Amino acid sequence: MHESTAIESGSWTLRTRQWIDRFLPMDHLLPHRQPYYVGSWVYVFGVITIAALVWVVISGVVLSFMGPQWWHTSGLGRFFNSLHFWSVQMFFLFMVLHLWGQYFMAGWRDGRAATWMIGVVIFGVSIMTAFTGYLSQQNFDSQFIAINGKDAMNAAGIGSFFNVLNFGQMYGLHVMLLPIGVTFLVVWHIVMVRSRGVVKPIAPEGGSAS
Amino acid sequence: MKARQHVTQDEYYGGIRMRSYDLIKEIAYALAGLAALVLVLAAVFSSPDVPPVTIAGWAQNDPIDFVTTATNELQGSTISAGYGNPYNTSGAGQSWGPIAPVQWFGTRIPVDSAGAFVIQPLKYASAGNTDLGKALDQWTSAKSDQQTTWLKAYSDALTKATVTDGKVTVADGEYGPLPVMMNNLLAVAQAGGLDGLLLINGRFYQTDYTQALLFMGDGTYLSGLAQNANLTGSQWGMMNETGSYPGQTWLWLYTMWYQVWPFNNTNGFLGINAGNADLGIVILMTVLTAALALVPFIPGLRDIPRWIPIHRLIWKEYYSPRKGAV
Amino acid sequence: MDAPAQYLDVWFIHISYPNLIVIVLMLVLFAIALVVPFPHGSDRDA
Repeated sequence: MHESTAIESGSWTLRTRQWIDRFLPMDHLLPHRQPYYVGSWVYVFGVITIAALVWVVISGVVLSFMGPQWWHTSGLGRFFNSLHFWSVQMFFLFMVLHLWGQYFMAGWRDGRAATWMIGVVIFGVSIMTAFTGYLSQQNFDSQFIAINGKDAMNAAGIGSFFNVLNFGQMYGLHVMLLPIGVTFLVVWHIVMVRSRGVVKPIAPEGGSAS
Repeated sequence: MKARQHVTQDEYYGGIRMRSYDLIKEIAYALAGLAALVLVLAAVFSSPDVPPVTIAGWAQNDPIDFVTTATNELQGSTISAGYGNPYNTSGAGQSWGPIAPVQWFGTRIPVDSAGAFVIQPLKYASAGNTDLGKALDQWTSAKSDQQTTWLKAYSDALTKATVTDGKVTVADGEYGPLPVMMNNLLAVAQAGGLDGLLLINGRFYQTDYTQALLFMGDGTYLSGLAQNANLTGSQWGMMNETGSYPGQTWLWLYTMWYQVWPFNNTNGFLGINAGNADLGIVILMTVLTAALALVPFIPGLRDIPRWIPIHRLIWKEYYSPRKGAV
Repeated sequence: MDAPAQYLDVWFIHISYPNLIVIVLMLVLFAIALVVPFPHGSDRDA
């Protein structure tokens, strides 16, 4: 299956493909079986979070296509905003349940610390994405969030680079840069989970903490 | 770490019974189920959209607060006038000992509160308005001591002001050109002129609301509405939404610190107090977020799952094996 | 839903009932996930 002359080959393409085959072969990316102990509803919180993110992005794409004023003046626009609003609520709700589950399973064990850390970064970037979204609403809520939020940004020294009073900047970050960031991190997180597989149960007696 | 990465899944799961588990079906069910849930929630509850406050609305609904704020801008006593960086150099901003990030990058968003919010709009409005033109000339040619005297007298009188025929009236006194200036500014604001002027700043296209929002934040009208809606910092406001909608519950820890000592106390602790609470909480939350990321490496924190054995419910088959298990 | 929310004040906590419902719902969902049996896949290798 693997060319025995691989090491001698100077082909970057071959080496890349072989690295991918080692790191994440197809039967690890899309296994049709799991260890018998994968038998709890706690395991579905992660995939539900991903599903919520899909609906956040789809509803967001529709809103951005129609422009930031649409949802204020159109009933259909308001409905799509509502889809976006409730998808975001579900996204954070299930992400935190996933966090609780992974924490109590100590999911970082056996070489999975990076997966955990990427997850924490996703949480932080998601908060930033939601923050820019709330700032992009162009209504009373966004006015006060901007006026109030500027003080923390300024105190941290980033207020002039990340100006919450500047709708154009916040909107651009929200519809493009931050969703790209979240999506990239989520894909990385999933790849990490699939390449290592789910963690084993915590050993009944003794055993290392990590 | 290197040794662990060479453990293949075959080695890791060696000897463990496998069961069929359909990941694609799982995500399909999740997508469909969540779509149904979100459609129902959106159809039943909709989403919040309280219309924005305009400077016109502010000037119409609370003309005395508007005129008071404009007067305070000339005095330099508003939040924005005395803020410091990044808007001006009139204030030191928040610091904790030598840590003062707000000073690191200087005045990158220069805002001249008195000029931008009061004098410049009045100059535009004075075209064809000789009374206003004369008042402005009187103001700009007066010495600053004289201006200070007029401002103090007028702002004291404003505390007892009334509104008559749309004009803000105060008791008789020596206010110089201020009553003419302020009532003209009020008229411009009530007609919507200030909303436009503070946004476009001489350009046609604009998407930056810095000036308009800073000006509105200097008054008490918008913050009063925010207080009614429980959106302010001391009301756990970061977590809250307008109306009866759920807010940002995930921000509970970010907003909680603003409600507790030393961040809500004038004296505080070790130099952290209400005056630099934003900086203190930014630092604290950065540390706590880093700690959350580093849980796998922190003894104690990483052992809690062992001490609070919720995992025994998640993996109940593993811990109480029946026939056919490992 | 546009009417102002009611708030619960306990100790230093000041929380809207909608937010409280969300948080309680999360705790309930987590507890339910811990105890409700999960449908098993086939033990035969596919």
